Amino acid sequence: MKVFRMLGRSIRDAFKSVFRNFSLSLASISCITITLVIVALSVIASFNVENFTKVIESDLTIVVFMDNDSTEKDIEAMKKNIENVKNVDSYTFENKEEVKEDMSEESEVFKAVMDGWTKEENPLRDTFQIKVKNIEKIGNTANQLKKMDKVAVVRYGEGMVERLVSAFSSIEKVAYGVVIALVVVTVFLIINTIKLTIYSRNREISIMRLVGASNFSIKTPFIIEGMILGLIGAIIPVLLTTFGYLTFYQHFDGYLFTKIIELISPEPFIYQASGIVILIGIIVGMIGSASAVRKYLKI
Amino acid sequence: MDLIRLKNVNKKYKNGVTAIYDMTLSIKKGSFTFVIGGSGSGKSTFIKMLYREEKPTSGQIVVGGVNVAKLRDKKVYKLRRKLGIVFQDYKLLPKLTVYENVAFAMEVIGATKQETRQKALKAIEIVGLKNKVHNYPDQLSGGEQQRVSIARAIVNDPKLLLCDEPTGNLDPDMSMEIMKVLEDINTKKGTTILMVTHDKDIVNKMKKDVITLKDGRLIKTKEKGTYDDESV
Repeated sequence: MKVFRMLGRSIRDAFKSVFRNFSLSLASISCITITLVIVALSVIASFNVENFTKVIESDLTIVVFMDNDSTEKDIEAMKKNIENVKNVDSYTFENKEEVKEDMSEESEVFKAVMDGWTKEENPLRDTFQIKVKNIEKIGNTANQLKKMDKVAVVRYGEGMVERLVSAFSSIEKVAYGVVIALVVVTVFLIINTIKLTIYSRNREISIMRLVGASNFSIKTPFIIEGMILGLIGAIIPVLLTTFGYLTFYQHFDGYLFTKIIELISPEPFIYQASGIVILIGIIVGMIGSASAVRKYLKI
Repeated sequence: MDLIRLKNVNKKYKNGVTAIYDMTLSIKKGSFTFVIGGSGSGKSTFIKMLYREEKPTSGQIVVGGVNVAKLRDKKVYKLRRKLGIVFQDYKLLPKLTVYENVAFAMEVIGATKQETRQKALKAIEIVGLKNKVHNYPDQLSGGEQQRVSIARAIVNDPKLLLCDEPTGNLDPDMSMEIMKVLEDINTKKGTTILMVTHDKDIVNKMKKDVITLKDGRLIKTKEKGTYDDESV
């Protein structure tokens, strides 16, 4: 009970303080707002990139065709070799006859032609289909596979897909850099705001100490003040995330430029993104105020 | 029963000045004691060590069962809740009324609203400011402001009231008013009072226990003593 009373008091004091030094609070709040807008954009972008990368990853396979004269022994050796490649997630194997059956089922033309082939005449190849763990390294993996014994041809979706993924990931890295820089600036601004609050309440603090207020109850209002600054700063970014993404999604009908890039549907996503933005705002505010308290509140 | 006990206490400041030399003394529960001495005699350092604003360099200080010398910074508030402190400059918050100033001391230690209200009004009544509850400090005379700070010091029912030159800023009439209030608190509530002062008239009129300090040393303790010019 006592803790709740003290907490109530701290929250009341913190709000008072935010509005008493409003011009200063406004500086911190607008800095947090700008930071969080960019954080929100990065969150939306990176979640979408991740989603779309995953979709592509699950589609993308390396296909390995073996030499026509490869024996069952060669196939067994190849299986072992594939298992030893680090980037390989899973693989499936089809021998010539299975490939023939598959293709026959696909089209009647194929069936008509292939029905003429005997087992020995079958010109098709034994085939591995391989899924990789890390799509960015798919080129290396393909090269590695190509060097193995009795491998004739290795195929995967070379080119465009790779470039797209690496472009997105470098955009992501730049965004993270900007966010970190902005967070640092914001933290410093908050430290300054709280420092001035501490100075303006110096007398009150010294009296609190004399009449036996615990350190916890002296510190808490300042830390809550920082969290309130973060929370207020998150309002505009959250609105922007919610309504901005909804409009964006509807405008593009759920796909960005091509049918390959599918956007995450907004329903639970905007709430998660808003939650992350609010959380980052509060944490940044808390870090700033906590370090100000540690530095300037001599108790 | 001793409420305060000092044993071989030394205090040396970081700048090399030694303020207290090998001080050993005890103060009884329920007593009213003056601490007198010229400037630089160490009386301020002495009282500051009692509420743990300063730490002794060596020796033992026990206040109300708390070993003050070994008290960690984080636990100081536990000691402060057992004492009331009154200063020469009142230390009131100018934006709060008389009532709010007194209630402040209860609120910050987490008392309930009813308890705060009941105790604050009672303390204000004891110091005789019942009709000025809603005034602000700058609407009061110096003596009245000091009475507010006394009310704040006793609102929590402390066993010990430490007064650091409480009449230093007041004229003789107002000073006697304050002394009357303090004596009342001492006799009616049984609160032990320790008061640092250099006001001869007050010490001579009150006839209380007197501790005399000189150059950081305890030179005399006397019951019902007076301000002795030669020793100071």
